[in-house]
Amino acid sequence: MQIAVCVKQIPDPATPYELDPETHFVVRPEDQIMDETDTYGVEVALQLAETTEGTVTLFSMGPTGTQQGIRRALATGADKAVIVDDPALKGSDALTTAKVLAAAIAREGFDLVITGTESTDGYTGVVPQQLAELLNIPSLTFAKRVDVTEDGSVRIERQTTAGYDVVEASTPALISVTSGVVEPRYPNFKGIMAAKKKPVDTVTAADLGISPSANQTIRSVEPVASREAGELVVDDGTGFERIVALLEETKVI
Amino acid sequence: MAIWVFTDTHEGAPSGSALELLTKARSLSDDVAVFAVGTLNDAGAQALADHGAQDIYQMDAGDQLAAPAAARALETLIGDHQPEIVLFGMDTTDRDTAGRLSARLDRPVLANATDVSNDGPVTVTNEILGGIKRVVTSFEGDGVALIVTRPKAFPAEPGGSGSVVVTSIDAPDTGIVATVVERHVEESEGPDLEAAAIVIAGGRGVGQEKFSTMDELAGVLGAAVGASRAVVDAGWVPYSYQIGQTGKTVKPDVYIACGISGAMQHVVGMKDSGTIIAINKDEEAPIFGIADLGIVGDVHTVVPALIEALKARS
Repeated sequence: MQIAVCVKQIPDPATPYELDPETHFVVRPEDQIMDETDTYGVEVALQLAETTEGTVTLFSMGPTGTQQGIRRALATGADKAVIVDDPALKGSDALTTAKVLAAAIAREGFDLVITGTESTDGYTGVVPQQLAELLNIPSLTFAKRVDVTEDGSVRIERQTTAGYDVVEASTPALISVTSGVVEPRYPNFKGIMAAKKKPVDTVTAADLGISPSANQTIRSVEPVASREAGELVVDDGTGFERIVALLEETKVI
Repeated sequence: MAIWVFTDTHEGAPSGSALELLTKARSLSDDVAVFAVGTLNDAGAQALADHGAQDIYQMDAGDQLAAPAAARALETLIGDHQPEIVLFGMDTTDRDTAGRLSARLDRPVLANATDVSNDGPVTVTNEILGGIKRVVTSFEGDGVALIVTRPKAFPAEPGGSGSVVVTSIDAPDTGIVATVVERHVEESEGPDLEAAAIVIAGGRGVGQEKFSTMDELAGVLGAAVGASRAVVDAGWVPYSYQIGQTGKTVKPDVYIACGISGAMQHVVGMKDSGTIIAINKDEEAPIFGIADLGIVGDVHTVVPALIEALKARS
């Protein structure tokens, strides 16, 4: 099974994000990390590739930088990476991102596309569905469990508001996975060394025949009046009394 | 120009977000319609009418994931009726359909909207980076504006004429097959998380074995129990407990966060709560930055003591 996994490198969420004062785009440092939500998709792909004797190709759009997020995923076992790095794509909306990824994936060929449900930095949360529509394939979204059946179909447990549904489709198909679907593996030394020799193709939007267009404009960015931090009390065994007092004050008890 | 509202249905009832979105739609236009996936029962259709829907188009996709057919049906209806805006909620079918429709129409989707304006070009307000910045974005070019909104961004209020025309349409053939073979409902006990006056939320710091103390505390307070994504991902509680960007948005009078660090992902789902109380052993935990009362301490001692004290009062 030929598996395509969409991954995104993002600024480390542990550090405060900065916005460019003119473009309002997120300032992206050289050493971005792999979005944690994508590490689950990579792991699902690696496990499916193991059971189906398949291959795993990573697809990413954005400034390559030091590639540390991509290299780490290669070190855990992915076979190759295709990165679409083009200044013309800076600040792209979700649909442009989906078009770019769809074109890159279609060019390589695939049986299965795996994504997260949304990125941690942009969280529009519609790229997987746009991608599936552009590729004209089923999308099994919000999967908390993924299996391949004996006849080669994919079967997922899909989170719903009420519980979960079991959904099946034959390939080619797209699956978006929730965080926690599997436990992502860590790269080992052998993997890190092997990753250095794995192919990373860098392509531009023009290579994929895409001319980016802006269909939305940021009008303003304002700070939100945030909640003020209240009182901080180090518990000395009576902390619960402070909580009781506040519950009484708010008249909920 | 017309404003359309998308809704999924559950046992004939529309989603809660549909009534909120209709209320907003009424403030933007006199011409408001609903596109529903599934089949509404009479009470469901009347609830939509009582919130301003004048026309309802419903499409049942049977045992198929509905989005591919819903996107095609909406594409046709949008061509015929030329609505200015289609509003979606955050439910899975809403997001699936919005994404596919966007690709079919070659129009962007603006997501996480907390406000929408059509005074001039259609603009969307959303909050980014965990709600510290508010961004206003406008759609460019011709065509419908597709907007995915945050839950509870608009309070649901009845209004409109109360009469509605319901039209059932056949699901278009898509050639895209994804079949639902089983449906599982995970019942949760106690008050509805999204409507409860008090919410007790547990994070990884509570631990799997002690997570039942959350239920116990909720029991004495008549509260609902929620959880952070980490806890849901670990499988301690079902997804229906999840509060945050993915998951539910709550605005209770009192929110008690136990062993929750306060990641951006979580905070967007609870920051508009009335009073926030946080218990965490890490005094650097970001949750303390938005808490009215922060207790730096061990949830395993503070929570049992709190439960005993509350029991003693009653």
